[in-house]
Amino acid sequence: MSGVTDWRKAGFGVYIHWPFCAAKCPYCDFNSHVRREVDQTRWRDALVRALKAEAARTPGRIVDTVFFGGGTPSLMPPETVAAVIETIRNEWTLASDAEITLEANPTSVEAGKFRAFSAAGVNRVSMGVQALNDTDLKALGRMHSVAEARAAFEIARSVFDRVSFDLIYARMGQGVGQWRAELREALDMAVDHLSLYQLTIEAGTRFADLYRLGKLKKPTDEAAAAMYDATQEICEEAGMPAYEISNHARPDAQSRHNLIYWHYGDYVGVGPGAHGRLTLERGRVATETMLAPEAWLEAAERDAIGSAGETAITPEDQATEYLLMCLRLREGADLARYEALGGAALNPARIAELVGDGMLEQKGTQLIATAQGRILLNALLAKLLT
Amino acid sequence: MTKTENIRNFSIVAHIDHGKSTLADRLIQMTGGLSEREMTEQVLDSMDIEKERGITIKAQTVRLDYKAADGEEYVLNLIDTPGHVDFAYEVSKSMQAVEGSLLVVDASQGVEAQTLANVYQAIEADHEIVPVLNKIDLPAAEPERICTQIEDVIGIDASEAIHTSAKSGLGMEDVLEAIVTRLPAPKGDPDAPLKALLVDSWYDAYLGVVVLVRIMDGSLKKGQKITMMRAGATYPVDRVGVFTPKMVQVDELGPGELGFLTASIKQVRDTNVGDTITTERAGADEPLPGYQPSVPVVFCGIFPVDAAEFEDLRAAVDKLALNDASFSHEVETSAALGFGFRCGFLGLLHLEIITERLEREYDISLITTAPSVVYKMLMKDGTEMEMHNPADMPDVMKIEHIEEPWIKATILVPDEYLGDVLKLCQERRGVQVDLTYAGTRAMVVYKLPLNEVVFDFYDRLKSVTKGYASFDYSIDGYEPGNLVKMAVLVNDEPVDALSVIVHRDKAEPRGRSMCEKLKELIPQHMFKVPIQAAIGGRIIARETISALRKDVTAKCYGGDVSRKRKLLDKQKAGKKKMRQFGKVDIPQEAFINALKMDS
Repeated sequence: MSGVTDWRKAGFGVYIHWPFCAAKCPYCDFNSHVRREVDQTRWRDALVRALKAEAARTPGRIVDTVFFGGGTPSLMPPETVAAVIETIRNEWTLASDAEITLEANPTSVEAGKFRAFSAAGVNRVSMGVQALNDTDLKALGRMHSVAEARAAFEIARSVFDRVSFDLIYARMGQGVGQWRAELREALDMAVDHLSLYQLTIEAGTRFADLYRLGKLKKPTDEAAAAMYDATQEICEEAGMPAYEISNHARPDAQSRHNLIYWHYGDYVGVGPGAHGRLTLERGRVATETMLAPEAWLEAAERDAIGSAGETAITPEDQATEYLLMCLRLREGADLARYEALGGAALNPARIAELVGDGMLEQKGTQLIATAQGRILLNALLAKLLT
Repeated sequence: MTKTENIRNFSIVAHIDHGKSTLADRLIQMTGGLSEREMTEQVLDSMDIEKERGITIKAQTVRLDYKAADGEEYVLNLIDTPGHVDFAYEVSKSMQAVEGSLLVVDASQGVEAQTLANVYQAIEADHEIVPVLNKIDLPAAEPERICTQIEDVIGIDASEAIHTSAKSGLGMEDVLEAIVTRLPAPKGDPDAPLKALLVDSWYDAYLGVVVLVRIMDGSLKKGQKITMMRAGATYPVDRVGVFTPKMVQVDELGPGELGFLTASIKQVRDTNVGDTITTERAGADEPLPGYQPSVPVVFCGIFPVDAAEFEDLRAAVDKLALNDASFSHEVETSAALGFGFRCGFLGLLHLEIITERLEREYDISLITTAPSVVYKMLMKDGTEMEMHNPADMPDVMKIEHIEEPWIKATILVPDEYLGDVLKLCQERRGVQVDLTYAGTRAMVVYKLPLNEVVFDFYDRLKSVTKGYASFDYSIDGYEPGNLVKMAVLVNDEPVDALSVIVHRDKAEPRGRSMCEKLKELIPQHMFKVPIQAAIGGRIIARETISALRKDVTAKCYGGDVSRKRKLLDKQKAGKKKMRQFGKVDIPQEAFINALKMDS
């Protein structure tokens, strides 16, 4: 059965979720929580035990990438980061060139810990800079200033081989001209990787409340689309083309960990609210852990992983998941792999129609969403799959 | 067999909500037809749809045993009839099976258009009519004013109207006594050959076809061989009985009695309402006058949203038709919608009820196309044809002229809304026939083309009068009209299911309104979608749905896959509720909603 080895086409990564933040940002719907005290020993032990349990059911694998996400993992004690990496190295085989990324907030407090993180084994950071304009940083609820972010980024550059940062655009009140200028500044500052996200109003966030009350204005879809188009053009010129809908990199500087998701590989999800995709003897399963930090901690102390359930993914759903992730990439998805996963081909008439509309391109068995198709990917997928 | 002198047969004429069903419930309770435990609200409305909407669709009958003040035991047969204009045919059938009517009028609301239409049918059937003022205990009740109104508007004596409150039970004894003393007993010869009027029939899952009969002469017994005089078929009678309202078997039914028979009849279609039933041997020579057959006046296409459900739809439509002889259907194919049925209905409510039952009882999602009336096409070669479907419009060069059906509408409305009602009727090409006042209410009679009424006239009327107007109509015949077929093109392709026949003068505003509606109803696509209305090759209105500019999830990582996939599944399910035309998805409700006009 091809499904048994399918994940090898994309590799194997480990994701660790650190759920704590110094403050909750008003746009963020991630599983993040503000706690005055965190029992660091208990958390470290729980993470280590969870990793051991996950390794026990995926024995003999080589870990290509590790990713500390959150929350704010740069708030983690470096010893905990070290213990996690050490456990991964001991329980699986950690590839000699493994990419080990940690998300960091660009404040002086965290910058002070960069050397320790590096010593623990982290070789890449991804910084939540979010904006290069103090007024907007404040509106986004961020605790840093532009100057502070620049300083922290400089330290990161000197400590780590690879550094990336995030910006949020199509922000309230932002025009195309402003964004073009800001993006050029960002490209001057960038090293080899940039994540550029359009602001999304997520349900359950403070921004959603403000938006509902009419106190927060978003650019129109037309304006947001124009900003997206400008982003593609400017980054392309600067040698940092988009390799995914919101991610730009110099050649060979792409996030290998995130590529495992988009290529539909296997990944372990450890910590509260972490998701995983694992090909086990019984087939591919989706794993999920308890969302609330305390609930996860208690559950993990009982069953090691704090599971909130595991679901077998049907072949059809696997094919769909592969397609919806892989079409985000500029390189596109492999139709042969789609067919092997789900046991059925996509409707050729649908493909032809979407090619005709300039949404898709087909090169051999590779199906590629065009720039136009990528910005309409949700509609494109719905059309392609019905 | 009960002596005819001790039988009274009656129906109840009332406007919706004036308390007819409650009154019937109360009479059943008073005479002990059902135990306390068996009493539910609206006992006689057995369909869910009837109970929910508070309306009666099929006539029902019930036999009440009553010991009157004179010490005699009487059998009172009540036929409960529908109130809505669409079912006027049911009403007229039932009226001919009884000798009298209770005219129930809400003591504060007064006479409504529906009451008027039904009471005229009762008068036409030579009924003795007993006025009943119901809801007399409400503070707003004005019995004197309403009595005067009954006398002025209907022209019958209301001085001895009975005051009741069916809800509290007040006056029920008076009603029962009035039925006995004021309504005539039926006539009939028990020794003459059997003559029974086939009033109605329906399919029962356990008993097969159940036939409701009124015995005129002779008697009907179990085991008899009967002949349907018009249909010519003969059946042995399996059961004879009455409704209490439960079905209770009896040995025989005699003159003046109402009851049922079963006779291993397979299909409702084998029984013609209005037919005369007699015995095979020594039967009657002359049949009863019978009824005019019912004629569908509104037609529309019904298609399954999912083309794969056509066979399920066929089974469901056949089953519904078993029980509703006034609902006609034949297979229709649409270039846009595939296989479906062209169905004929007695009116818009009938259409709504049938489609709702198909969706609810048979769980089939439907696309209902624009309701259309029956046009007469007089061709240049001298032939005449009927057109039920705009898609069947012949080549205009071959048509001499087109005739369309007109109705005579009676509208009763408080005078503060009169102006709006007149405006609405004018907009719909109406011609005023009469305008009179009864107190503070106006009665307007208008001639209107039926095709201006079938879409949403009643909805509009309700909305401009805040629900205070009542409306009734009768078909008034055909007249030539300057009519054209308006086609609708979506993304440059004609969608046959959206084409309509309109008056030339109305074509442009109608075309604009449909294009604007469709612009709202059809979701954005990845490309821009032009919508056009055209007569012949000429575009008379156009709108464009702009293309989607942005529809993508900014962040999608390992934790988002499941959620994303579920969202996609939901989108796919949503697409199933749409039909694809060329490259465009049109939601099922668009076909009807595109026709609704805002003004």
